[in-house]
Amino acid sequence: MELHGITKRFPGVVANKDIAITVRKGTVHALIGENGAGKSTLMKILYGMQKPDEGTIAIDGEQVSFSSPGDAIARGIGMVHQHFMLADNLTVLENVVLGGEKLYGIGAKARRKIQEISDAYGLGVRPDALVEDLGVADRQRVEILKVLYRGAKILILDEPTAVLVPQEVDALFDNLRELKAEGLTVIFISHKLGEVLKVADDITVIRRGTTVGTADPKTATTKQLAELMVGSELPSPETRESTVTDVAMLKVEGLTLTESGAAAAAPLTTAAPPDPSGTVSLQEIGAGRKLLDDVSLTIHKGEILGIAGVEGNGQTELIEALMGMATPDAGVITLDGEDISKVSVRKRREGGIGYIPEDRHRHGLLLEAPLWENRILGHVTEAPNSRRGILDPKAARQDTERIVREYDVRTPGIDVTAASLSGGNQQKLIVGREMSHHPKFLIAAHPTRGVDVGAQAQIWDAIRDARREGLAVLLISADLDELIGLSDTLRVMYRGKLVADADPATITPEQLGSAMTGAATGRLEGGDERPEQPEQSEDGDAR
Amino acid sequence: MMKFDKDKLIIGAAGPVLALVSSFVLTMLVLLATGLDPIEPIQLMIENAGYSDIQVLIINQTGIYYLAALAVAIGFRMNLFNIGVDGQYRLAAMLSAVVGAAVELPGPLHILLIVLVAALTGAFWAGIAGILKTTRGVSEVVSTIMLNAIATSLIAWLILPKNLGVQPQGSNDLTTGEIAESGWFPGIDMGQGNGEIYGFTFVALALGVVYWFVLNRTRFGFDLRATGESESAAQASGVDAKKMILTSMLISGGLAGLSGMPTLLGDTHTYSLSFPVGVGFTAITIALLGRNNPVGILFAALLFAFLDKASSSLDVEGYPKEITQIMQGIIVIAVVVSYELVRRYGTRRQQQKVGEELAAGGAIKTDKEVSA
Repeated sequence: MELHGITKRFPGVVANKDIAITVRKGTVHALIGENGAGKSTLMKILYGMQKPDEGTIAIDGEQVSFSSPGDAIARGIGMVHQHFMLADNLTVLENVVLGGEKLYGIGAKARRKIQEISDAYGLGVRPDALVEDLGVADRQRVEILKVLYRGAKILILDEPTAVLVPQEVDALFDNLRELKAEGLTVIFISHKLGEVLKVADDITVIRRGTTVGTADPKTATTKQLAELMVGSELPSPETRESTVTDVAMLKVEGLTLTESGAAAAAPLTTAAPPDPSGTVSLQEIGAGRKLLDDVSLTIHKGEILGIAGVEGNGQTELIEALMGMATPDAGVITLDGEDISKVSVRKRREGGIGYIPEDRHRHGLLLEAPLWENRILGHVTEAPNSRRGILDPKAARQDTERIVREYDVRTPGIDVTAASLSGGNQQKLIVGREMSHHPKFLIAAHPTRGVDVGAQAQIWDAIRDARREGLAVLLISADLDELIGLSDTLRVMYRGKLVADADPATITPEQLGSAMTGAATGRLEGGDERPEQPEQSEDGDAR
Repeated sequence: MMKFDKDKLIIGAAGPVLALVSSFVLTMLVLLATGLDPIEPIQLMIENAGYSDIQVLIINQTGIYYLAALAVAIGFRMNLFNIGVDGQYRLAAMLSAVVGAAVELPGPLHILLIVLVAALTGAFWAGIAGILKTTRGVSEVVSTIMLNAIATSLIAWLILPKNLGVQPQGSNDLTTGEIAESGWFPGIDMGQGNGEIYGFTFVALALGVVYWFVLNRTRFGFDLRATGESESAAQASGVDAKKMILTSMLISGGLAGLSGMPTLLGDTHTYSLSFPVGVGFTAITIALLGRNNPVGILFAALLFAFLDKASSSLDVEGYPKEITQIMQGIIVIAVVVSYELVRRYGTRRQQQKVGEELAAGGAIKTDKEVSA
């Protein structure tokens, strides 16, 4: 497959500019670049979801033009999206044949074909398993199978490892090698350099929307790749000196939250906890399931406590209970010696809880409002935003200018809407806003998700600086390197319970990964070696 | 950032202008299609608006629409659709008229009592919808529509002579009895038989200023707007969504209750079967057209009052005055379509501008050096 001079313009930005890539048949070709570099746009063009403004695509030497994903599929291109597109309440077989009924029917022939593909590439998929019973890694294999079933010869995998723990990543790479051995071509999009070096045959680096170079994984190092990718060395989340004191800032005892009916169940089924055996006992799914099960933890002044866990294991509920957005069934929350278990969200915020939400669009910003109004959000009762119930727009605007300056928010002014900023700049604004009120305790949920490298380093710095001044931080992240690097203490959350704890100085991502799938509990003893290269990793692309 | 402000103004005005122009054009097409002169009726209306007595009528109607539209707008700002303004308005006018006729108090107190009863009745009626929404999750759209129907029946029953109503001698009408003169709101006489401008019109304008201040300059207003823009973000910021829904429903209902006051206190001094209906529905269009902005609503209310009052003589000239209703109807559709078009264009344009200015190095200077 060859791409030449691909250019795609969006209002205001050129997402892709003169991109040229040649993918050899029967190889794994990695496409790397940081968030917002234009990887996703390029893939959408390849998969027919968007049309390039300029440039040509050729497959096997033949020029093609796609106007819909259907055209791409017909040409043997298949895509595995970062967010799976599976119907939870159907079986694997039903999911695979859905929309492809004409290929092999929906009965025994289809089942035979699925089994055949599964065996050929070592996918280990059971056609009659219900998708909702499958873990993340299994679901991903179903997605791959779905694409192969439709006769794909070229597979595009968009950030496939973002949702996997290290062990699952290794298993995926084995699958990819099988595919390659059978003569299929894989395009692998990632920004995790270590993984790319492990699996790819060729590497193309994209930066600011254009291809800046290629690398040979046999000789390249992550350092060289990082320099190609961002023009400098990658920032490391490492925290050197310990600032942990023995003064407890936040104490949580016996926090329990039970699922309260169907409404609460909906978001959970989409991110069901993976299970190594591929089955989940039914009582765990039924109503009345404990989302938080007797969670107790203490965070001291100057301490960062990291919570590791596959998403959907109670992290969101823990945050909501701590913020006061959800009412727990039992448990006591004490902040700085004060019982805040029954206190409203606003009082908790005034009392010194800062909040970097996991979904900044839903919980952190008013997208249609100007930046200075977003600066007020969440702190409307506090100086400088208001005095005695009356807003002080002048002071709020001035302070917004300060935040924009100090936290390096790239914007032409404070009157533009939050929606017109990039993800990284939105996040810097939120971090700046929360830090401006000198919180005693900060909840940082995926603080650098979907954020470019520059912004990531700045956000880490901001958290580290505040920690030095005695801030207690609860860090929740899917990025294991970020967790291990920043945290002073690590806990592992699995199905609403804190099942294990670890010392970030000795633990490896692999060990943490197995605890996240429930395979290990108690005190995790780390080996001697740390991962040699702190890998660059966040979830998701720029939104 | 003067440039952005100017842009914002142009984009802000583009919606209403687009809506009005397209609805005028469409109305002319309707006239053409029915074989009538498309220009003359509009000429006649403009001519009518030149007479002082019509002008007084237009101003008075503007005040009524303004209050009702503010009631709708405060709901809109909060993402609540109070379709029940009409029912709240009628019930409030009726009950406050009953109370006003039953008591006799020194002037200002009498008026104050009537106004208070009206606001409370409107708030109570809207509050039912608010409580249904916060406790049972009932959509306010459905419940307020139903409450409108209930209000109609309730008024019809209450106004029976055996209940609270009075039947004036030699008339088929039913009223709630005349309010004593101490409960009349003094107006401004325009002389030469041109009529009076209702005093309550000025109260309406003052409430517009209050509306602006509360929404834009108070914590409460910020919370309300935040909830309207993103309920999840507002909740995370510390807003109690249920309390906010109930409060804004009560305020909306209270304002709806007040919108009957210009007529009651300044003109009829009684609630009768011929008390104007439908004000609350027209107000929805006015709030939409005015973009929930107090100044915008004022102009929109003025326009609708003009369409209402200046069209009264069209019948005499052989034109159906219903064409103004067609026009008002088309405005509703045109408003929704054109605002969405302009909003999309505006968002795109701003993103483009931000992108361009950043590329040109127009960002606010930052302390830290860029690392990437």
